Amino acid sequence: MRLECTVNDEARSLDGVWEGESLLYVLRERLGLPGSKNACEQGECGSCSVYVDGILACSCLVSAGQVHGARVITVEGLAEGDELHPIQRAFVEAGAVQCGFCTPGFVMVTHDLLAREASPTEPEIREALAGNLCRCTGYQKIVDAVQLAAKMLEEE
Amino acid sequence: MEFLQPSDWQDALAAKAAFPDAVPVRGGTDVMVEMNFDRGRPAALLDLSHVKELGEWGRDDTDDTCVRIGAGVTYTRVLRELGTTVPGLAQAARTVGSPQIRNRGTIGGNLGAASPAGDCHPVLLAADAVYEVESAARGVRRIGADEFYLGPKRNSLDADELIRAIVVRATDTGQQFAKIGTRNAMVIAACSFAVAINREVRSVRTGIGSAGPTPLRAPEAETYLTDMMTQGELWEGGRLPDADVLKRFGDLVAGAARPIDDVRATAAYRRHSLRVMARRTATWALRQSC
Repeated sequence: MRLECTVNDEARSLDGVWEGESLLYVLRERLGLPGSKNACEQGECGSCSVYVDGILACSCLVSAGQVHGARVITVEGLAEGDELHPIQRAFVEAGAVQCGFCTPGFVMVTHDLLAREASPTEPEIREALAGNLCRCTGYQKIVDAVQLAAKMLEEE
Repeated sequence: MEFLQPSDWQDALAAKAAFPDAVPVRGGTDVMVEMNFDRGRPAALLDLSHVKELGEWGRDDTDDTCVRIGAGVTYTRVLRELGTTVPGLAQAARTVGSPQIRNRGTIGGNLGAASPAGDCHPVLLAADAVYEVESAARGVRRIGADEFYLGPKRNSLDADELIRAIVVRATDTGQQFAKIGTRNAMVIAACSFAVAINREVRSVRTGIGSAGPTPLRAPEAETYLTDMMTQGELWEGGRLPDADVLKRFGDLVAGAARPIDDVRATAAYRRHSLRVMARRTATWALRQSC
């Protein structure tokens, strides 16, 4: 198929796409956007989280055919040029990044949470992050980063 | 692989009639896993994403005490929009996967997959829900939740039929759902249990998940608690049944299960946890509606 969609506010058109391949594959292998990570390919780890038409989803569980005409935002679409998004800055400052593989997914899910709830409680944060796995940090620094990000966004 | 993308419900039915082997997909949370791992590549994929009707819910036209919920309504929407209309279903929706999964997964997908571990089934069995299915050739058919589940991952849909909606009595009380797994999030039930107590018509209904080849009811437990409520003159509220009545209810639920040992739990653990969950959920449901 010819896949036409908007990715990070840029209209994209791709030929020869198989409808059944995942959006994650399209992003990484066809569009060269490796921010969304490929780990479990079954919706368990959250590291490929993106927005599809404004709704946070695991891009591994969305088929290419389903995003024809859709608006996709990936982690690459959050920063403005070289200026990190406040959530990304918060992750750096809070020390919430170790190997970094899960970070894009956590940044996306934090973005989604803070758009709905500007100052979430710790249980709300943990529930919102429940679909994302991190094998390095033990999560506490990530929770700290979300709280810091909430504060930074509030102050902006 | 054919990729069919109907723009409305009539087109969807026509596509399913033309390609009875087509696998319907909307949220993709089950179907895409199979595809990613190359476990099954269907002859055709029937993408229902653009069928707007499936994402709508409202009062049922034929019975205004009921709501009719489109098969494409996601778990996120169920828990945000239906918490005081089908509280048991909203509780179950809250336990599904993660925010990302709940944003995409749908009730219809849960019914279509018909896994014995699906979280919607116990609640819908307990709530005496009816599933509306449709084909281009024979029109609409309503199947009671009791008749829908035939075996592990098998339901009573014909090859040319699609699931259109569920129809269930609207209530803000008397329904409870509980689920056991290794953590609070991202868990496929080791087993689950739902109860719906309707004081108006004086009925108790149950649903057991992940402890048998299909979702099950516990008929003896239902009859027992109904009788005890009547004998004790408890339907009008104000008092709960004695503790040993609720314990006996739990025992009867455990006895109705047909669990096996598998990767998620042993049969013995499933029976034990059902006994506990049944007692607790019945207590909560009775107390809440007291």
